[in-house]
Amino acid sequence: MKIMNKRTIWFSISAVMIAISIFSLLTNGLNLGVDFTGGSFMALTFEREVTLAEVRDVLADFGMAKSGLQRDQADPATVFIRTPRLDEERRVEIIHALEERVGDIVAEDVYMVSGIISEELTRQALMALAIAAVAMLVYITFRFEFRFGLAAIVALLHDALITIGFFSVLGIEVTGAFVAGILTVIGYSINDTIVVFDRIRENVKYRKKETFAQVADKSISQTIVRSINTSLTTLLAVTALYAFGGRTIKDFSLALMVGILIGTYSSIFLASPLWVMLRERGRAAR
Amino acid sequence: MRQRSQALLALFVILILFIGYVFLYDNPVLGQPAYRMVSLGLDLQGGTRVVLQAVEDPETGPVTEEDMVKALSIIRFRVDKLGVSEPVIQRQEGNRILVELAGVEDPGKAAELIGRTAVLKFKGPDGEVIITGDDLIEARAQFNNRNLPAVALELKPEAARRFAEATTRLVGQPISIYLDDELLQAPTVTEPGIEQPEISPYATIEDAQNMAVLLNSGALPVPMEIISNRTVSATLGHDSIQKSRIAGLIGVAAVVLFMIIMYRVPGLVANLALAIYVALVFFTLIAIKAVLTLPGIAGLILSIGMAVDANVIIFERIKEELRAGKTVRSAVDAGFSRAFRTILDANITTIIGAAVLFRFGAGPVKGFALILAIGILASMVTAILVTRYLLRLAIDAGWLNSPKAFFSAGRGR
Repeated sequence: MKIMNKRTIWFSISAVMIAISIFSLLTNGLNLGVDFTGGSFMALTFEREVTLAEVRDVLADFGMAKSGLQRDQADPATVFIRTPRLDEERRVEIIHALEERVGDIVAEDVYMVSGIISEELTRQALMALAIAAVAMLVYITFRFEFRFGLAAIVALLHDALITIGFFSVLGIEVTGAFVAGILTVIGYSINDTIVVFDRIRENVKYRKKETFAQVADKSISQTIVRSINTSLTTLLAVTALYAFGGRTIKDFSLALMVGILIGTYSSIFLASPLWVMLRERGRAAR
Repeated sequence: MRQRSQALLALFVILILFIGYVFLYDNPVLGQPAYRMVSLGLDLQGGTRVVLQAVEDPETGPVTEEDMVKALSIIRFRVDKLGVSEPVIQRQEGNRILVELAGVEDPGKAAELIGRTAVLKFKGPDGEVIITGDDLIEARAQFNNRNLPAVALELKPEAARRFAEATTRLVGQPISIYLDDELLQAPTVTEPGIEQPEISPYATIEDAQNMAVLLNSGALPVPMEIISNRTVSATLGHDSIQKSRIAGLIGVAAVVLFMIIMYRVPGLVANLALAIYVALVFFTLIAIKAVLTLPGIAGLILSIGMAVDANVIIFERIKEELRAGKTVRSAVDAGFSRAFRTILDANITTIIGAAVLFRFGAGPVKGFALILAIGILASMVTAILVTRYLLRLAIDAGWLNSPKAFFSAGRGR
């Protein structure tokens, strides 16, 4: 397998994906759910399939004609309503009005998040990401060496950014579970990269006249069956989760599916070539 | 040797079937299926979660530790009145209180009741209100002049006058004390014209202190704002469990099939180890009384993927050793010892990530991180101990004599 000598191609592919992600994040942004923006969410199941217009009419009387309305794809009688933050009293009023004018309701899932909480969620997620990255960098530097750590962390940020970018490009709503999804992608990405790096580390030890690029290529061909098999098994489990899991778990599993694919790609085509580059540059400097 | 190994393997299969039976069906060992013993989170069984934030009142200054202790006991009192089984009432960082209630009939009402300002009333025998919580400056637990535990009430001057008038009328009759329309106590008036009343005696000073807290709680000591509030219907919770169960079964079935197709006899061995892994994780969850939530189930399913990964790494390593010309037995030993370091480094890095999530993440992320960490630890134990032991048994039993048994159909080498 000759992957290292085409590394300009792989770097370009990654660069393009990152550029698209950043561009989309700057122009489209993310379709942030109530968990991030603060506000109220209601999943209401009516006794029949109602039209969104019927629901909107009632909301208009409360000055909330602009609320986000959406039908549940899995159950057409269920409507999702997103509004600015409602207190209990007002929420009960709205539900009563809907029951009177549209039909009986079962409130499946109702929640309210204030701005304080939603800001915290973003801040905590970013902080967790930063701390996790540094902690893992320290561990890898300790067990391997700094260049491995640096390459692994770059691959990890690459995976996280592209997964977030994917959601931005498609405009899929991002909820609190998505944060858990991204953080899992990071765990998966690092795990996958370490397995490849572990083999490089071993092969470097017994290296004779091979270049670092040759060592990396050899290591990848030795571990590629494992990389593919593991990704496939994990993807099988996560796809089952996506196809059969409930609404709240869907965006989580979608993030995982994208992240696992990107994570497998980056271990082979980004992290390893990066390590080779760092290694060769280091030697040239000396 | 051969027969002994075959017998041991058969015993192992029986053991796994037994664990499966205990796990899924009613059984005399635990008295119920083990899976029912896992505590379920709000999102899986339905219920209400409310987070209240103490807000600084510009007139009384910043929120104190004492305020929070009081607020907590008042909220506990109110929740107890709802009669919900096993409510969760927790103090959280940043002057917050978390309340979780499972199976409330009218969750909106529950949330409102928990957060509202309670009403304290002292009523005479005819039901007329003598004083309210607003008239009370402070209730203090103390020993009275006969050295008995008592609660002394300090009233505002105007209220003290009213109280004196009332007690003059009501000597020998009870005054009933209500908090949120619930009768707390109905002490009898012992003398006329009391301006600063004292209630006594109590069995212990602690009883007096509890009463003082409740009386002071006529209102929450600080305004509490509901900053987040989620209610999941029992049907949705039930639906989520059903869906997750189906997703889990299909996911596991797919993984099991994949392993058998890719790795044949060793794949089968890995699947047996996987069954033990699942049991290990679930029994750990039960033992540490972890609460399983939807993200937790996701973590569980993901960790199954990682458990399989450990086996895949080991088997690929063994195959390499076989290609290098080693015998099956020495290839298995060498494969394990070489794969061990890889698995260790990869998993420790992931556990570091999980630990950071557990420390810094909020509720659902925490549950996810905990289960992921448990899952990774359990997968290392099963892959390194159980898979290895079973593979050796399989070799001794004569099921893995030729290196070919390690290569999938048609792929040879």
